[in-house]
Amino acid sequence: MDRNFSIHRSPEVANLERRLFLKRGLSLGALSLLAGCEITDQEGVQRVLLAMSRWNDGVQDWLFDPKRLAPEFPESQITRPFPFNGYYPESEVREIDGASYKLELAGMVREKKPWTLSELYALPQVSQVTRHICVEGWSAIGKWSGVRFSDFLARIGADTSAKYVGFQCADDYYGSIDMATALHPQTQLSLRYADETLPPKYGYPMKLRIPTKLGFKNPKHIAAIFVTNEYPGGYWEDKGYNWYSGS
Amino acid sequence: MQTVLIHPLVVRITHWINVLAILIMITSGWAIYNASPLFGFEIPYAVTLGGWLAGALQWHFAGMWLFALNGLVYLAYGIASGHFRRKLLPVTPRAVLHDIREALRGHLAHDDLSVYNAAQRAAYVALILALMLLVATGLAIWKPVQFYSLARLMGDYEGARYLHFFAMSAVFLIVVIHVIMVILVPRTFPTMFTGRFRRTP
Repeated sequence: MDRNFSIHRSPEVANLERRLFLKRGLSLGALSLLAGCEITDQEGVQRVLLAMSRWNDGVQDWLFDPKRLAPEFPESQITRPFPFNGYYPESEVREIDGASYKLELAGMVREKKPWTLSELYALPQVSQVTRHICVEGWSAIGKWSGVRFSDFLARIGADTSAKYVGFQCADDYYGSIDMATALHPQTQLSLRYADETLPPKYGYPMKLRIPTKLGFKNPKHIAAIFVTNEYPGGYWEDKGYNWYSGS
Repeated sequence: MQTVLIHPLVVRITHWINVLAILIMITSGWAIYNASPLFGFEIPYAVTLGGWLAGALQWHFAGMWLFALNGLVYLAYGIASGHFRRKLLPVTPRAVLHDIREALRGHLAHDDLSVYNAAQRAAYVALILALMLLVATGLAIWKPVQFYSLARLMGDYEGARYLHFFAMSAVFLIVVIHVIMVILVPRTFPTMFTGRFRRTP
């Protein structure tokens, strides 16, 4: 709708919009300076803020206790319906063909043979009922089942002295986490949600569930996993969100 | 005429750093609140800091260091130097109610700027406690797993979110009253820069 409107916009309308925008900009100038909508975008300010964000990555890594478990809840406390969230609306959730799906492996791993879905289903499975906390502030409790990620990393001969584990997703999302969190006992390659095959909106065929990190650090529709020492970044992290984002 | 030191240098410096830190924390906090409002209202965008959620979070988690370190210096000084004991104690409910009544009737009991009346003492003690609650609830929201025992005291993650908001509201209210009082008694304002005022015998 919006896009069509802007395509058919006449030059007069565009000009009027520009003038209104300028007028509003001027009257809001003092306020926005105080409120910092522009302050944040200034190069020097942005440099300091990003440096602080990296400092906070280090602090969070230091605070992270690899043995401390996220609280688990009784199934009666599961949030129904569990909210959908993503960088696109629910109507644009990707449909992935499970039959042709292959999980690719790359980087510092010994066994790079791709995994089919049935091979992943055949691995020992674990379950958790944990709280998913979104960077936006809301939280919801859900039940995920799948393969303990540290077991999987051991199985593929991942070099666990590496710094990062990165993810490429079938919906063009990407992300990365620190090795300590990857090896945490509750970090899980989830294949099921609420005892059912993981539905498309929660990341079919497989997502990474990390109850010790914020929701956006839990990539869905994982297509490839790689182990590396080079900082891989992430979809939201590259836009300014804190990389570690631990709970 | 005699000049009297009423605000020691440490108090003046930490006060103005705190003004900046709280301005950053509250305005960026409002932007974060807007990403998932707890109640049926949003904070007007014009008074929020950060532009969008990621920017607001950057400010909030950078500002927290300024706020916390400055607060620690202030608390350490206040306790070690006897500043708190001298200026903020004792606070009795009866004296507080009496002085609030007097203030509302236009009789501000603040002739000697070196002595806080009971209503002021109560407000400053409440402000310090509310700010400490903001730190505690903030830590619980930031690290509900690593600081689980703290978060559990506050009703877990969701409880801490509400308490964080209420503590912010208390701070905001006290600051508004504080600024109104300074406007009503403007001779208090320069003392927060110079530290001194002239006492006429």
